[in-house]
Amino acid sequence: MPITRENILHIAKLAQLRLEPDEVAALQGDLASILEHIEKLSELNTDGIQPTAHLVVDAAPMRTDAVMPGLSNESALAEAPRPREGGFAVPAFVDEG
Amino acid sequence: MPPRYEVVIGLEVHAQLLTESKLFCSCSTRFGQQPNSNVCPVCLGLPGSLPVLNGQAVRLALRAALALGCTIHETSIFARKNYFYPDLPKGYQISQYEEPLATDGWLDIESESGTKRIRIHRIHMEEDAGKNVHGMGGDSLVDLNRAGTPLVEIVSEPDLRSSSDAAAYMRALRDVLLFLRANDGNLEEGSLRCDANVSIRPFGQAELGTRCELKNLNSFKFVQKAIDSEVARQTAIVDAGGRIIQQTRSFDPDTGTTHTLRSKEEAHDYRYFPEPDLPPLILPESLVTEERNHLLPLPAALRQSYVDSYGLSTQAAATLTQHPEFIAYFEAVRSSFDQPTKVANYILTEVMRGASVHGLSASFNVTPSQVAEILELVDSGVISGKQAKEVHLAIENSARMPREVVQERNMKVVSDAGSLEPLCSDVLAKSSAQVQQYRSGKKGVLGYLVGQVMKSSAGSADPKLVNEILVRLLEQN
Repeated sequence: MPITRENILHIAKLAQLRLEPDEVAALQGDLASILEHIEKLSELNTDGIQPTAHLVVDAAPMRTDAVMPGLSNESALAEAPRPREGGFAVPAFVDEG
Repeated sequence: MPPRYEVVIGLEVHAQLLTESKLFCSCSTRFGQQPNSNVCPVCLGLPGSLPVLNGQAVRLALRAALALGCTIHETSIFARKNYFYPDLPKGYQISQYEEPLATDGWLDIESESGTKRIRIHRIHMEEDAGKNVHGMGGDSLVDLNRAGTPLVEIVSEPDLRSSSDAAAYMRALRDVLLFLRANDGNLEEGSLRCDANVSIRPFGQAELGTRCELKNLNSFKFVQKAIDSEVARQTAIVDAGGRIIQQTRSFDPDTGTTHTLRSKEEAHDYRYFPEPDLPPLILPESLVTEERNHLLPLPAALRQSYVDSYGLSTQAAATLTQHPEFIAYFEAVRSSFDQPTKVANYILTEVMRGASVHGLSASFNVTPSQVAEILELVDSGVISGKQAKEVHLAIENSARMPREVVQERNMKVVSDAGSLEPLCSDVLAKSSAQVQQYRSGKKGVLGYLVGQVMKSSAGSADPKLVNEILVRLLEQN
């Protein structure tokens, strides 16, 4: 399956990656061969097999709705590059909702 | 000129589920706390942390889905919705995509053309994002207290045909969720948020027009205004021979108009995939049965039954069913004084004045047992309606019972004809004009005359008896 330059640039944009021109070309080849490899799976006959989202078959365990102490504001912000007034400061942006 | 285009609207409502703790961690969901104080490694998206599902959130989402007549899916799957945003610490939101909790429900609304059934496409569970504080110079500040709060997203089919339909739907949905105690209905605190998909098409055309999505409409008024403004915008474009471009728009309450956030070309490609950190959500059969069996009639059904079986007016029934605490109050009074219309009237005229509501809780000036006793005293003729008001004022915000006040103030209805007759004669003597009117056939003035006697008795007379005496005296002479 051919991967276009545009495919790569689109995915890079979604993943917030900045790629050099030679990286784009390399990824075009890499991604195409990965997809080709995955494509092999479609040779298997999967008629009558349920799609499997998870390997564990158990149901998600459920917790009781009880509040437990988390982190203090100080420790929550301890590793933040720019803590400000109890918040994580980031360059100003517009809420898109 | 009649409208040329049919308006087609579908709503996506995000409702916070009323839990103590977050959807995937044990941090508090409490509103209005110090920024980033209800956070932990899970909702901060720190490496190595794992989500654990809150059972109560599942219960409330299930309750809402059952109440909205949905098909419940025993197995549903959480999925990652991937996008980058400052208030989304993990870089993805845990939501449900291909296999949601519930599908195919409905909600009836009161539209201009009568009751209308709006189909619900799907209901799924997801976590909320954080909150951003803007206007801090070159910075925006991110507060992750809200990140991870449990939400249900309720997606309607495009069955709404006007902005007022949309507002009515959102109101009805709020009433239902409040009633189920699944959501606190505080729109101003963001407990219920709505996005609207709006398109227009020529009447008679089956195919849907290109839609625009309006984001974050946080009040009933804004829903209506934003849609009106968007319909006007689309109409102008189509009338001028233009084409609607699919895009996401934001409503600005200050200008009353919408503006572009992003067009379809830049639309998010969320690359959903099953959340590997959470096994499938499999609803325990006992939970579904329990919720199904405890399902209460919805506000609309209760309203109807108040009208049908209690004989309340539609208006009275509508007001009483506005809030679960009003319903509880009404039922509490009625359990000791079983005359529904009198109870309803008293609550609507006297009790509501001193009532205040905040979210799911409501507070009142008087208790249901105090009210029941007042109604009892009036009904058995011990005090008059006017005296009841005095008693009411005397017991407000206190534990005193009406009977004590009546005894202490020596209140009683004067229902002894002997002592009322002089009062009546006196009033008639002073009101010759009204007496003349009455005798020339204007029987309506009787009400005025009764009022005068009540006044001169300082409200202590039995109005029924006054009425009788006045009629007798007027017919006599």
